[in-house]
Amino acid sequence: MKKTEKYIMALAALLLGFVFITPIWTIDMEAPQYPEGIGLEISIDKIEGQSKQDLQNINGLNHYIGMKPITPESIPELKVMPWIFGFLIVSGLGVAIWGNRTALLIWIILFILLAIAGLVDFYLWGYDYGHNLNPDAAIKIPGMTYQPPVIGTKQLLNIKATSLPSTGFYISLLSMALASFVFWKSKPEQE
Amino acid sequence: MQTTNKNKRLLWWSIPVIALLGITLYGCPSQQNLAGSSDAARKVYVAPGEHDEFYGLFSGGYSGQLTVYGIPSGRHLYTVPVFSQAPVNGYGYSEETKPMLQTTHGFVPWDDAHHPEISQTNGVPDGRWVFINGNNTPRIARIDLSNFQTAEIIEIPNSAGNHASSFVTVNTDYVSAATRFSIPMDQENLENQDVAISSYAENFKGTLSFVKVGDEGQMSVDFQILVPGYNYDLSHAGKGPSEDWAFYTTYNTEEANTLLEVNASRNDKDFIAAVNWKKAAELAANGEGRVVPGEHYRNYMDHNEQRAKSELIETVRVLDPTEYPGIIYYLPTPKSPHGVDVDPTGRYIVGGGKLSSVLPVHSFEKMIQAIENEDFEGEVEGIPVLNYDSVIQAEVENAGIGTLHTEFDGNGFAYTTAFISSEIVKWSLETFEVVDRIDTYYSPGHLMIPGGDSRQPWGQYLVALNKITKDRYLPTGPELFHSAQLIDISGEKMELLLDFPTDGEPHYAQAIPADIVKENQVRFYPLEDNNHPDAVKSEADTRIVREGDEVHVYMTTIRSHFSPDNIEGIQVGDKVYFHVTNLEQDWDVPHGFAMLGAQNAELLIMPGETRTLTWEPQKAGVFPFYCTDFCSALHQEMQGYVRVSQSGSDVPISYGTGD
Repeated sequence: MKKTEKYIMALAALLLGFVFITPIWTIDMEAPQYPEGIGLEISIDKIEGQSKQDLQNINGLNHYIGMKPITPESIPELKVMPWIFGFLIVSGLGVAIWGNRTALLIWIILFILLAIAGLVDFYLWGYDYGHNLNPDAAIKIPGMTYQPPVIGTKQLLNIKATSLPSTGFYISLLSMALASFVFWKSKPEQE
Repeated sequence: MQTTNKNKRLLWWSIPVIALLGITLYGCPSQQNLAGSSDAARKVYVAPGEHDEFYGLFSGGYSGQLTVYGIPSGRHLYTVPVFSQAPVNGYGYSEETKPMLQTTHGFVPWDDAHHPEISQTNGVPDGRWVFINGNNTPRIARIDLSNFQTAEIIEIPNSAGNHASSFVTVNTDYVSAATRFSIPMDQENLENQDVAISSYAENFKGTLSFVKVGDEGQMSVDFQILVPGYNYDLSHAGKGPSEDWAFYTTYNTEEANTLLEVNASRNDKDFIAAVNWKKAAELAANGEGRVVPGEHYRNYMDHNEQRAKSELIETVRVLDPTEYPGIIYYLPTPKSPHGVDVDPTGRYIVGGGKLSSVLPVHSFEKMIQAIENEDFEGEVEGIPVLNYDSVIQAEVENAGIGTLHTEFDGNGFAYTTAFISSEIVKWSLETFEVVDRIDTYYSPGHLMIPGGDSRQPWGQYLVALNKITKDRYLPTGPELFHSAQLIDISGEKMELLLDFPTDGEPHYAQAIPADIVKENQVRFYPLEDNNHPDAVKSEADTRIVREGDEVHVYMTTIRSHFSPDNIEGIQVGDKVYFHVTNLEQDWDVPHGFAMLGAQNAELLIMPGETRTLTWEPQKAGVFPFYCTDFCSALHQEMQGYVRVSQSGSDVPISYGTGD
């Protein structure tokens, strides 16, 4: 790797620092009773309402259909993910300093695998919330489940839920692209 | 039957005559009306989901409340409970709001609310608070415009009939109060006296009160000026060059105590009192005058604890104008003037010459000159009376009959209501001539232009506040809502846009551009800021505590249940306090609380708020309580039971939800 490429790789690693301050995913919900909107912002270490009280209110609404309350403290992923991203940053910086192309490839593959694992986990998490409903729920509609989409829009009773990646995700994508760019660019020098 | 037929025949005969008259007098009026009304409909149409341009704050008059209307649609948006109990939400019934209605006469759950005035900064309405006077048991209330709730009510001592109130000075340093009905006052300490009513001329006195407004809005009676025993009717502070002065109309300078309609209408001229409030305030600040007993209550909402508290203030400072020349002068004004209104430049003081054939306009500049030249035509109890001809700027001719109140459009025109001729008259502040007039339906008292008594009117609309309704709407028996007319004043000719009924008996109203107030609206109260001593912030903390015959139920609400919802161990003879905290933290999710047999009202508890209802069960049995506000799809399930046992029963206190 040339000096510039090392800098770019270092930048790719450091960019991941942004996921500690900006959410990676958002779920927007529209309902007739919420003209001003209500929604969730998912970060690597927390789940928050878009407005301060949204999480409490979403949990309040969800109890009618028997959905478990979303309690960020009890979600293990939110404890693990900061360490994963911390590891990616540190190892990414290591790769940049070392300048080894193979190490870079391993880093990229690892990053992609972790990202896929994250999405699968998110899907499973949504599946669990949407399907494992309290049998004592007040509102029970035969055949109806409430799994939010991973990406896209879905009508869940009166609520139209739209799930989309957020800033943190796009920054991670940029980091991944920069690392891949360095890998591609540095090819000739690796003879 | 015979008579009816006869009448019918007579009626038929008269139709050609009426038609003929109509054509001769009005040409073809129906087409003009149609064109006009479709245009008017467009101007007042606020599409579904859209907002009005102005908040209109209308006094409720004898409802004792403040009603909120959208302008120009005339839609009734809300009613703020102020001086009267409101069973609709428990104001004045709940333990938290009862102290608001405390007076030295005890708990007074009603008043007659007349003149709302929005707080001002530099003479421009700023939308922080609106003040309104209680006329009957003299009080002034302050309503917080961030939540449209009454934040404070102060009683005015040494007063009766607080009518000339509650008008503010340009920076809301003071809000005015004055006694409409003079009362016998002890020379030394102003105490009301047990004397013959016929000793009026000898014993009766009036006071003009200056209520100081602190930075957070807190009110205190700073000082009172002792004045002759006339009726002090209305007031307005000056602005611009006259901003250090406040003006009060008087009538009954005859000092009659019976049959005032005749006996107080004898003098050709009464007075406008001009008070140099700045000078008087300096005197008061320097400890001048004397402090006399003057018990009065100040009731205020403690925002930390979210409940009203009362404090008794025992004294008041009084300035006697005979000892302090220069703080008050009388301007002779024809005849039993009602309103006193200062134009946006602060140069002219318009007296509503109620029984006069002309509308008198005084000049502030001339007034100051007359004071400097000591151009007095006499003196009343030490108060100099200025020479009428030296202070009058103009007498507006042909301004209607029974002129009462004037507001301004900021474009050089004034608009005056004429009660008897039932019209609004537009006149020029340059030529002092009438330029336009429009009928109202019927008999307007006050009128209102948004900012129309301030330095900066938003001179687009005018609202006539009429006293007589008769046939304007579908009739509702003998008792009718009052009627308001919205008039477009943006053009040369005034144009009637809309008729709308108004609740209670609106006297004055004010309006302010919606944007100034809209953005500051509180949507709910954060639970973490709720420091009410009886609040419970989670269902885990709900409990019941018995203290002798008093039982305190610490209860929560959240969609869609009460916690606890099954209560046992209450006994006949107990006094049960339901302290209900609404755990919701979402906009527009109040919960109600209604208890069968409670001898007060319901509670309507806003999200994050705690309210307390008392209940004294009269019979043994099981009694339900329920949520009154359709809060959710399972609102009908939001209910509970209280088991009441006979006094002395051994059923223990127990409670729970969902066990």
